[in-house]
Amino acid sequence: MGGINKDIKLIDENGKRIDGRSFNELRPIKIEAGVLERADGSAYIEWGNNKIIAAVYGPREVYPKHMQDPSRAVLRARYNMAAFSVDERKKPGPDRRSIELSLVISNALSSVVLLEQFPRTAIDVFIEVLQADAGTRIAGLTAASVALADAGIPMKDLIVGCAAGKVDNTVVLDLNKEEDNYGQADLPVAIIPRTKEIVLFQMDGDMTFDEVEMGLNMAIDAALKVYELQKDALRRKYINLAQEDEQQ
Amino acid sequence: MSKFTESVVSEIKRDYIQKLLSQGSRIDGRSQNDFRKIEVIKNFIPRADGSALVKLGNTQVLVGVKIETGEPFPDTPNTGVLSTNAELVPLASPTFEAGPPGEEAIELARVVDRGIRESKAIDLERLVIKEGELVWIVFVDIHVLDYDGNLFDASALGSIIALKNSTVPASRFGQGEDFPLPIRHYPATTTFAKIGDKIVLDPNLDEENIAHSRLTITTDENGKINAIQKGLEGTFTKDEILNTIKVSIESGKYLRNTFILGDDSK
Amino acid sequence: MEKIREIVLPGEEIDLMGNKPGNGIYIENGKAYVEYLGVKTVKSGYLNIIPLSGRYQPQKGDKVIGKVVDIMPSNWVVDINAPYLAPLHVNDTPWKVDFGDTGKYLNVGDTIIAKIMSVNEVKQVWLTMKEPGLRKLEGGHVITVSPTKVPRIIGKDGSMIKILKDMTNSKIYVGQNGIIWIDGSIDSILKVVGAIRLIEREAHIIGLTDRVKDFLSKNKKENDENGRN
Repeated sequence: MGGINKDIKLIDENGKRIDGRSFNELRPIKIEAGVLERADGSAYIEWGNNKIIAAVYGPREVYPKHMQDPSRAVLRARYNMAAFSVDERKKPGPDRRSIELSLVISNALSSVVLLEQFPRTAIDVFIEVLQADAGTRIAGLTAASVALADAGIPMKDLIVGCAAGKVDNTVVLDLNKEEDNYGQADLPVAIIPRTKEIVLFQMDGDMTFDEVEMGLNMAIDAALKVYELQKDALRRKYINLAQEDEQQ
Repeated sequence: MSKFTESVVSEIKRDYIQKLLSQGSRIDGRSQNDFRKIEVIKNFIPRADGSALVKLGNTQVLVGVKIETGEPFPDTPNTGVLSTNAELVPLASPTFEAGPPGEEAIELARVVDRGIRESKAIDLERLVIKEGELVWIVFVDIHVLDYDGNLFDASALGSIIALKNSTVPASRFGQGEDFPLPIRHYPATTTFAKIGDKIVLDPNLDEENIAHSRLTITTDENGKINAIQKGLEGTFTKDEILNTIKVSIESGKYLRNTFILGDDSK
Repeated sequence: MEKIREIVLPGEEIDLMGNKPGNGIYIENGKAYVEYLGVKTVKSGYLNIIPLSGRYQPQKGDKVIGKVVDIMPSNWVVDINAPYLAPLHVNDTPWKVDFGDTGKYLNVGDTIIAKIMSVNEVKQVWLTMKEPGLRKLEGGHVITVSPTKVPRIIGKDGSMIKILKDMTNSKIYVGQNGIIWIDGSIDSILKVVGAIRLIEREAHIIGLTDRVKDFLSKNKKENDENGRN
């Protein structure tokens, strides 16, 4: 968080944010399942100006073999940003941030995937951020979960999330890029929608206990709305396959 | 399937593709010198200074251009800089692995770079801010999303279209008003695979997997040849090379008129 | 008559309607939930989820088509489009193979029809070729479809596959794992591939059989959407 910048007003006198949203409003979100040919499962998400693609390969045999777990599958997520995804060109390849995000995303997805059904295999999840606009880890995780379902991977539930944050001393939902750059706090949250258990939770900035509580509640409510979009994307892709021609 | 099993070519498929070719047909129904269906979405990444998403059959490549200020090379103090990079991210194919660019990615980036550079597509001399000190650096980043053969043509096509639609972000760097990236030439790249004694344009993955040799040719709008790369272990005869160059000039016209200069991209 | 079956998604609660929980269902706190994307079906008192995507899950007794990807002194390793590679031991073939002579019978890149002999509790699969009809395939062409589409391509009581064979005068073998071998003249192979792609795309639209017949009676190839120049 950049800390408060006195010159930039992020919320106007009517309570509207710089992109016209109210404090608890999501950015526009579009999800599409099954967008790649080679991957076993894939999904594309546009969340505000984020454009992110996720693909799943597996379960497949693990190489090198010493990486195998004899009792369950190993889920390995890899979060990667395209060089042109951010304002200043990013040098290709992993940095400390993307390695950490890959880990917290792997952990979140592993909490629902029924890994014990595929001992000794790997389930590889690749998240490519094509255009970044704040909230990429949650948008990427949301797409990855759709890609896993598209790949037919058994899981207890999808994973879905949303971030809350604090700008101009106000707790708001789903920070955009300017709010992320100049705001006071960011609070990404991901949940198992059925049980509302929290599987990813991070925070950086400056918030009171009450603000964290409020942000968490807002993020969970919003995540449940995004969950509907995930299900809708999967149904849209598979509706044709589910129809049965009785004449056959 | 792992990288290991994926790379084993089915003998039945190999024989079938060869048998088809000997009768003048291809595995996906195309003729020898047909491209697969091409679709282009310009400006797919508004945050980049130029971009294009190219779908060549099931192959998908996203090219983004970023333009920044920097120092010129000491031996060319009065020209801007072009830097082309390719990432074969493991999202795109079970045979791609995470990690620094391997030789395939580097060959891809260098062949695309050569086509742009040698055709003098970008007017690099107009990208000087202060001679010998400050110039514009044009980064072309090729991000492969779905690999179903012939990354060369998809990447080269995406690159020239992204460049043609690029804006130099001068205001962002306090260097006056933004201006369109000056483009002088429109190189088109075509790749051929030799399978047995047949040579086909735009090989798909099945064809690429059994190809003995590969030829990538870049030509400009005046029919001049700007770059050639012969790939793989096999050989070509001199006549094959010369004939293929002729086909390349014609196929390049189709790419240029339809997608680079034409309006057949969104 | 067209009936749209409801798509169920991971994590959704499901009404067992008096049935026992079958494949693709897990129980938590006495409630039943879906494990993977699919459609519901009831069979012999069990509610199962039929997957609509995903890799082939080997079942004992399935006949599959596989590609030999490695050779060991006493077995071959076969890719059957499943999460695991499947070994085929020399003793489970019709040949008498001396130790170390495996390469004389099957080579890397060869394609075989084999049967899933066993699947153990940690999902290790063993193949056998010891049964009439199981063999190395030669000639023709192999294509891959999603294993979930196999029933459509075979059709009710084999009706669709019969149409494909009869109208093109070709040999077709559909592995349960979604790998299909087609042999015949080049023209008939192209027609069969085109018809299978049509079935994959349009299985849900009424009148599939007529459209497949119509397709086969015309001289169409698989892909007519390529760019010309």
